[in-house]
Amino acid sequence: MMDHPATGMLGADGIHVDMNHLKKGEVNLGTSIMAINFKDGVILGADSRTTTGAYIANRVTDKLTQVHDTIWCCRSGSAADTQAVADIVHYYLQMYDITNNEPPTTQTAASLFQDLCYENKDMLSAGIIIAGYDKRHGGQVYSIPLGGSLHKQSYAIGGSGSTYIYGYCDANWREGMNEEEGINFVKGALQEAIKWDGSSGGVIRLAVLTAKGAVRHLYLPDNGYTAPGPY
Amino acid sequence: MTSIGTGYDLSNSVFSPDGRNFQVEYAVKAVENGGTAVGIRCKDGVVLAIEKIITSKLLKVGANKRISTVDRHVGVVSSGLVPDGRHFVARARDEASSWRKFYKAPISTAMLSNRLGAYVQAYTLYSSVRPFGVTSIIGGWDSEADIPVDGQVGNGPQVGAGGKVTDVKKGGPALYMIEPSGQYWGYYGAATGKGRQAAKAELEKLDLSPTGISLEEGVKEAARIIYVAHEDSKDKEFELEMTWISSLDGPTKGRHQEVPKELREEAERLAKKSLEGDDDDEEEEKTGEEKMEE
Amino acid sequence: MNHFPQAWGRPRDDVYGAYNHSYLQMTGPKQHTQSPIVTGTSVLAIKFKDGVVIAADNLASYGSLARFTDVKRLRTFNDTTVVGFGGDVSDMQYLDRLLNSLDIEENYYPEGHRLNAQNLHTYLTKVMYKRRSDFNPLWNAILVAGLDGEEKPFLAYVDLLGTRYSSPSLATGFGAHLAQPVLREYVPDEKAAENLTQETAVEAIKKCMKVLFYRDARSLDKYSIAVITKEGVDLKEDEKLENQSWAFADRIRGYGAQVV
Repeated sequence: MMDHPATGMLGADGIHVDMNHLKKGEVNLGTSIMAINFKDGVILGADSRTTTGAYIANRVTDKLTQVHDTIWCCRSGSAADTQAVADIVHYYLQMYDITNNEPPTTQTAASLFQDLCYENKDMLSAGIIIAGYDKRHGGQVYSIPLGGSLHKQSYAIGGSGSTYIYGYCDANWREGMNEEEGINFVKGALQEAIKWDGSSGGVIRLAVLTAKGAVRHLYLPDNGYTAPGPY
Repeated sequence: MTSIGTGYDLSNSVFSPDGRNFQVEYAVKAVENGGTAVGIRCKDGVVLAIEKIITSKLLKVGANKRISTVDRHVGVVSSGLVPDGRHFVARARDEASSWRKFYKAPISTAMLSNRLGAYVQAYTLYSSVRPFGVTSIIGGWDSEADIPVDGQVGNGPQVGAGGKVTDVKKGGPALYMIEPSGQYWGYYGAATGKGRQAAKAELEKLDLSPTGISLEEGVKEAARIIYVAHEDSKDKEFELEMTWISSLDGPTKGRHQEVPKELREEAERLAKKSLEGDDDDEEEEKTGEEKMEE
Repeated sequence: MNHFPQAWGRPRDDVYGAYNHSYLQMTGPKQHTQSPIVTGTSVLAIKFKDGVVIAADNLASYGSLARFTDVKRLRTFNDTTVVGFGGDVSDMQYLDRLLNSLDIEENYYPEGHRLNAQNLHTYLTKVMYKRRSDFNPLWNAILVAGLDGEEKPFLAYVDLLGTRYSSPSLATGFGAHLAQPVLREYVPDEKAAENLTQETAVEAIKKCMKVLFYRDARSLDKYSIAVITKEGVDLKEDEKLENQSWAFADRIRGYGAQVV
C-alpha cells in the first residue's frame, strides 16, 4: 500500500481533528466544561482551548453548542463524535418542535443524547453535559459520561480540566444562587481548571438560559476574566 | 342509502361524484350498532364506561374486557366491531411504547390521539383495506408533576429547578374521540355507540368545565348515563364496565385502572335508583290516566 | 492537500502512527464494549422470617473517582420487588427501563397475575444469558429481593454471564468477600432465615455496610436500604452510616522510631 502523507484537519469548530477513533499514542482532547442550576435557570460554561497533542490548534474555540432555543450542551471527548451526536439531536428536536407544535423539554433532549451515547457506546468517545430551560420544568442539568448513563445533577463538570476542580466546586457550591453568584461560581471554577489543566485555557465562554432566552457571555484572560461580559 | 348500486360504495379509494367515501359511512353504521361508550373528563380525572351487551349466557360475567390500558396513564374504549377495537388498541400500545423507547417518558394523550388519528385515517385511503369499524374514546391523565426521564438517576437541586413559571399548563385530564374517518377532537364529554344521542344529551347537562364535577361524581354520572342510554334497548341484558384515571394525588395516582367493584356497584345502584324514580313518575302518570279512563 | 483523498482529514501517519483499522472493519466478528465505565459497587441482602432486607450505597464511581454520589441502585418493581444493581450504571438504567416496560405490558391485563420476585429473576436471567451469548454482556451483578409465588421470602443473584443462584444471604462484588461471611453467621441455612427477625436482619445489613465502607475503596457512607415484606416495600434512599469506629487510630503509631 502506498504511503499517504496527510495533513491533520480541523473540524468546523476547530475542536479536534476528524477521525473515527482516537489513535494510539494520540493525546485525548483536553477541555473544561460545566453547567449549573441557579435561581432563574441554568448557566453553561467552557474554556476555549483545542489541542492536538501539545499544540494549541485553536485558542478561541466555542465549545457551547445549541440544540434548541434554550437547550444547550457542552461537549467533551472526540469532537467528531460529539458534533455528530449533537447534530442528530438538533435535528430530532427541531422535528419534535414542528410535529408536536410545542418546544421539547430538557428531558427530551437528555434522553435523545442518552440513547445515542448508550446504543453506540462501543463506537463513541463522548462525554456530554446537557443544560436547558423550559417554563414548566425550569432549569435542568444532565450529565452523560462515557458509558452512556444519564445523571440528573444540580451542577455538572466535565472534561480533563474538571478533575482539578472537584474540590473547588464541592466547597463553593450553593443551591439557589442568583445570576451574579452563579456566573462567579462558573467563572471561578473554570479559572482554576484553566490554571491547573494544561489542556484547558484561553477565554471563558458562558451561556445563561432563563425565561428571557439565551444570553452569551465572554470573559478574557487579558483583564483577569472580568470583561467584556454578556453580549 | 341512495348510493347503493351506484358502485361508488364498493371501494375505499373511490370517491362518489358528490365527494363522499361510502366505505367510511358504512363503518359509521357499524359503530351505531355497538354498545354505548362514554368518556367524561372531570376536573381531577377521566372516566371511561361502556355498556357491554351480553350476547350469550354462556360467557363468563366480567370476562372479555372492552376497555384497555394502553400505557400506565392512558385507557381506550371502543364501540363498534370488537376485533377492530382490539387492533386499534394494539396499535395504540405500540405507539405508546415506541414513544417511551425513544423519548424515555410517557406519551401525552394528545400526541397519542394525533398518531392514532393519522393511523385510522390511513385506512380510508386504500382500496386494499377497509376503514375501522369503531369509534374509540381515548382517556388519559398527563402527569402534572415533573416527569423524570425513565431510568434516570440523580435528583438535581434539593431546592428544585430554578426559574419555573407558575402559570404554565402542567398536564391534567385529556379526552379524545376518533371516528372511522380518522377525524378526532378533544372533548369534555364523549359518547358513541347505539345510545350516543341519549348519552350526549345527558353529558351536556353536566358541568364539565375545568372546575366542574369531580372524578367520583363523574363515575356515578357515567354509570347513570350508560343506564339511561340503555333504556332504548331494554330487552337486552348488559354489563357495565368502567375504568378511571385520577390525578397523582387521587385514588389511582395517575394510572388507568378499573373502577373498584364497590364503587362501581354503588354507582350502578344509584343509576338504577334514578331510573326507577323516572319509572315511578311514569307509573304515577299512567295510573292517573287509567283513573281518568275509569 | 495531496492526491490521496482517502487520507484527507485523517491524522498523519508519520506523526500519529498507522490508523487502527479494526474500528472500521466491516467483516469479521462484531466487537462490543468489553468494560464498564461508570460503576456501582456491592449489593447486599439477607432473608428473614417475613421477607428480605437489601442494601447498596449511593455511589457511582468513574474509575477511582467518586463521581456521582446520589445514584439510587435499588430499583422497585410493581411495589413488591426490589432489584439491586452492581456494575455498569448505563446498563442498570437499560435494565430498569426494560423491567419498566415489562410492568406496563403486565398491566395490559387487569386480571392477569403480577410478576413476583421469582418471575422477575427468571426473566433477568434469560436477558443476561442472552446478552452474554451475543458477546455483548450487560455488565452487572444483580440481586433480586421480594416474595415468591407462595409469598415466601425470595432472594437470588444473576450476573453478566447469566449465572444464577440463591441463598439465605447474598452479596455482589466486594461484598461477596467481605460481607457474605458475616451474613452467613446470621443465616447459615434457610432454617435460620425463617427464625431471623426483621430487626436483626436490618442490623446485620447495616453492620456489613459499615465493614464495606471501611474496606471497599469504591464505597460511600450514604446508602439505600429496603425491607420487602407482604405489606410491600419500605425503601429508604438517603441513609447515612452510623456508629463508625475510628477513635482507635489514637493508639496506632506508624513505622519508625517515634516516641510521642
